[in-house]
Amino acid sequence: MKAVITVIGTDKIGIIASITNILAKANVNILDISQTIMQNIFSMIMLVDTDKMSMEFTKLGELLQQEAEALGVDIRLQREEIFTSMHRI
Amino acid sequence: MFNRNDILETVNMISQENLDIRTITMGISLRDCASDSRRVVEQRIYDKITRYAQNLVKTGEAIEKDFGIPIINKRISVTPISIVAESSDEDDFALYAKVLDNAAKAVGVNFIGGFSALIHKGYTKGDRLLIKAIPEALSTTERVCASVNVATTKAGINMDAVKEMGHVIKECAEKTKDNGAVACSKLVVFANVPEDNPFMAGAFHGVGEPECVINVGVSGPGVVANAVRGLDPAADFGMISETIKRTAFKITRVGQLVAQEASTRLNVPFGIVDLSLAPTPAIGDSVAHILEAMGLERCGTHGTTAALALLNDAVKKGGVMASSYVGGLSGAFIPVSEDAGMIEAVKAGALSIEKLEAMTCVCSVGLDMIAIPGNTSAATISAIIADEAAIGMVNSKTTAVRIIPVPGMKEGDIVEYGGLFGSAPIMRVNPFSSENFISRGGRIPAPLQSLKN
Repeated sequence: MKAVITVIGTDKIGIIASITNILAKANVNILDISQTIMQNIFSMIMLVDTDKMSMEFTKLGELLQQEAEALGVDIRLQREEIFTSMHRI
Repeated sequence: MFNRNDILETVNMISQENLDIRTITMGISLRDCASDSRRVVEQRIYDKITRYAQNLVKTGEAIEKDFGIPIINKRISVTPISIVAESSDEDDFALYAKVLDNAAKAVGVNFIGGFSALIHKGYTKGDRLLIKAIPEALSTTERVCASVNVATTKAGINMDAVKEMGHVIKECAEKTKDNGAVACSKLVVFANVPEDNPFMAGAFHGVGEPECVINVGVSGPGVVANAVRGLDPAADFGMISETIKRTAFKITRVGQLVAQEASTRLNVPFGIVDLSLAPTPAIGDSVAHILEAMGLERCGTHGTTAALALLNDAVKKGGVMASSYVGGLSGAFIPVSEDAGMIEAVKAGALSIEKLEAMTCVCSVGLDMIAIPGNTSAATISAIIADEAAIGMVNSKTTAVRIIPVPGMKEGDIVEYGGLFGSAPIMRVNPFSSENFISRGGRIPAPLQSLKN
C-alpha cells in the first residue's frame, strides 16, 4: 500500500529530518520526495510505501500528528487512492 | 509520482474549503421484525439494528483516518415503521420510536431515519397510528427522524394527508416550544420521496431496497464556490458550468471511494452516492455563496433561480460520471438555517419563501429548515406543503417541506439551534387564509405526465 504525506508550514531546520526519522523507525520506505519553499512557506510531498510497516497505519498518523504539533506545521498522512481517484480517470 | 498541484489541491479542499463526506448511511430492512406482539417487535428491531450497525461508526472513523477526509455523520435508515409495526398489538407507535432511539444510541449514530409512512394515495391502519405518534415520538426522542410521503407523480396528492400534516407540524412545534420547536426539524413531508436517500431527516430504507446497504452523501459547496470565484470575472456561463462539472467530479470521486471502502469493510453492498451539495452553517460551506459567486449581489434576487438551475445541472453532469451508481436526492440543498449565505440573504430582505419555492422547481429538495411565525395556522402550513407537492408532482421530481412554526416568535426574530442545524431567521408567511381550500380534503388527481404507458 502506498500513502502520501504532505507537510505545509513555516520553514525551519530539521522538518524533513524529524519526519524521515519517524518513517525509518516505522519501517516505511520513501519512494519520492518533492519539496519547495515559497515566501517562507515550506511544502513537502512524500510518496511512501507502507507494505513492510511495523505499526498500524493510524498509529503512524498519530506519531506524525504529534510531530506536527512539536514542529508547528501541518502534516497529513493519506492513502494514495484519494488522490488517484480524484485526479485520474 | 503525482502531480504536485493535484495533491496540494486535494489537501487544500479538505483543509481550507470544508470538503468532507457528509454522511455514510446504512440502510437496514426491518421487514422481518414484524410480529403481533409489541415486545417481540421491539426486541427484533433493537437486536437487528445493533447487530448490523455495530461496526458502522468505528469503520467510518477508520476510513476517515486512512484517507484523511472527514466523514461528518454516520447514520442509519430503516424500513418505514408504519409497515414494520402495523401488525403489532400496540397502538402507541411512539414506543417504537424509543426503541429506534435506544438502538441509535447503542451503536453511536447521531440520527436514525425511518419513522415514516408512505400515504400518497391513502392511509392504512399502520400509517394512521404512525402519523398520530409523530409529535410524541419526535419530542421524546433525540435521534429519531420522521418523514411522510404525501404525493407522487403517479398517484397525485393526498390532500387529506396534507391537511393532517399541517396539524402534526403544529403539534410537534407546541410539544418542543421550549427548544425552538426542534421536533419540526426532524420531520419532512415529501412528494416523490426517494427510497435510498442517505440524508436526514428524510432518510428511510425503501421496500425495494436490499437487506442492508451503504449509501453515501457527499458535500463540498465551499470547494465549488472557490472554484467559481477563481474564474475570470468575465467568464461566461459555459465556463462556469464546465468548472463546476470538473469540481463536482472530483468531490464525487471521493464519495465513491469512501462508499466502496465502507461497503468492503462492513461487508454490506454499496447502494448509491448522493450527489447533493449539502451546506453547513460553517463559513465557506454555503450554496448561497456559490450563487453569489456567479454574480448575484445576494442570493434570492432576480436571477437566483437561473443560477441554481445551472449549478444543479452542472453538479449532476460532473458527478454522474464519477460514481457507478447515483441516487438519493442528488441536487443542491437550499436549507435556510443550515446555510450561512441563506441566513444572511433572509436577514437582508433578499430571500423570501416565495423565491425559495421558485428555486425548488429547479433543484431537488424543497422548502427546507425554514422557520415561520408561531401563530401560522395549520391550514397555511398545509397549503405550503400542497404547493411544494404540486411542484414535485407535475415536474416528476422530489420536493419536500421541513418547516418550523416557532411558538412565540414573529417575523424577524432569530431562533438558534446550534451545530449542523444552525440558526434561522423567522420568515414572512402570506397572511391571507387558505383555510377553505385545505378543508376540502380528498385527492388531487395524478397529472397527465403520469400516464406514460
